[in-house]
Amino acid sequence: MFDSVLIANRGEIARRIIRTARRMGVRAVAVYSDADEGLPYVSEADEAVRIGPAAPAQSYLDAAVLLEVARKTGAAAVHPGYGFLAENAGFARAVTEAGLIWIGPSPAAIDQMGDKIRARNLMAAAGVPVAPGTTEPVADADAAVVAADQIGYPVMVKAAAGGGGIGMSAALDADALRKAFETARTRAERFFGSPEILLERYLPRARHVEVQILGLADGRVVALGERDCSVQRRHQKVAEETPSPGISAELRAQMLAAAVRAGEAVGYLGAGTVECLVDAESGTFVFLEMNTRLQVEHPVTELVTGIDLVEQQFLIAAGEPVSFDPSAPVVPNGHAIELRVYAEDPKRFLPSPGAITAWQEPSGPGVRVDSGYAAGTTVTPFYDPLLAKLCAHGATRDEAIARARLAVAGFVVTGPKTNLPFHAELLGNAEFVSGDYDTGLIGRMRQA
Amino acid sequence: MAEVRAEMVANVWKVLVSEGDHVDDGDTLVILESMKMEIPILAEESGTVTKLHVAEGDVVQEDELIAEIG
Repeated sequence: MFDSVLIANRGEIARRIIRTARRMGVRAVAVYSDADEGLPYVSEADEAVRIGPAAPAQSYLDAAVLLEVARKTGAAAVHPGYGFLAENAGFARAVTEAGLIWIGPSPAAIDQMGDKIRARNLMAAAGVPVAPGTTEPVADADAAVVAADQIGYPVMVKAAAGGGGIGMSAALDADALRKAFETARTRAERFFGSPEILLERYLPRARHVEVQILGLADGRVVALGERDCSVQRRHQKVAEETPSPGISAELRAQMLAAAVRAGEAVGYLGAGTVECLVDAESGTFVFLEMNTRLQVEHPVTELVTGIDLVEQQFLIAAGEPVSFDPSAPVVPNGHAIELRVYAEDPKRFLPSPGAITAWQEPSGPGVRVDSGYAAGTTVTPFYDPLLAKLCAHGATRDEAIARARLAVAGFVVTGPKTNLPFHAELLGNAEFVSGDYDTGLIGRMRQA
Repeated sequence: MAEVRAEMVANVWKVLVSEGDHVDDGDTLVILESMKMEIPILAEESGTVTKLHVAEGDVVQEDELIAEIG
């Protein structure tokens, strides 16, 4: 095992990685921008280095500065967390070329999966089902309308290099498609540096279910179960759970097998997530995209499997065997739910940065909180609104929900508005509680 | 006279109008960005932009004046 790791990230995920690093006796080096100097992860790391001003381009996205910090601090490996440079093949390559261990898949695998058009085509060739859609970038709005006539409305317009739901929108007809196309292209250029757009058939009543995979150092790929991420606003996840209450054992087995094929097709190494859309009525699924990194919602998988995914990332990157028996099927123990606590108002979900004056995390049986803030810290407008991930684990889904309700009620945050009241509402919503819900759930909750 | 104010701390990403422009109710004046989300700021009445208090790249605080429409 390497003796030190640079964590090229911030907030809750930096703190989460530090926790495992310390347990494994690996020295954790954190980096921070001026905006994050007071956050808990900075003081909890063995060493923390200022890397620049608040703007991400001059701090967490500055590969040269990060590599310089790695060199100066003698870090042996780099963990990118999620977001920022986590799915940047150029950064992965630069880390390796600097003689450091990259905790993630190969740059080639990141490239293949990072372009959603290439990824779709590759998955189709590997026998993984994909939705009807374009197989090359759509040149302009006219070409989009021609393509949509073939695919059939409604269609989803997406940035090929995109993520996080940014620039994505569904179009019901040609007029809406022209607008959606222009919006998507502007945002794709701005956020992802590539104007390439793809179209896909949109499934309005689908569930978003993803499979956690691990590509092992010996070349095997294993699946560690699924996560249901259908509670979304603006195409971004708000709550996740495992197992998915919306898929049969047969469909689960098919999805896990397809996810393993997807990983094998790109020689995947480390932790990755194969995201799919499930049409619950027909019991079918299609590949959506693959995230070539640790996922925000990885804790629910950890809670039901007892496997520390960050530890497995470290072991795999070091070329060592994982800590569990990968030849035995992983059977989930109970049920786990994650609620993303965002700094946003609970009605319209608009951002609400600000100084935190009180912060009290809940505890209790089955409760896990991964947080990035504390009382006296400030939520700035420069980064995403995730304050904490509140997770509840129980023997059954009902028990997990009951524990989550108590935990939400016991979580005190004063200062920025948070979506905790939304989570209380969600956990009391009949459709959510029934388990028979889809990605339109929040839209329906906010119409009523 | 209507004052347009920021609802939250945000960066000013785009300024789409100039002083002296005529705007209609619902027109986008400015696009703010906070926490990776774009927030269009709309005119809530028709009129002329008499004063613009922000420029692209500025940081606005909650309740800070963005523009005045007369």
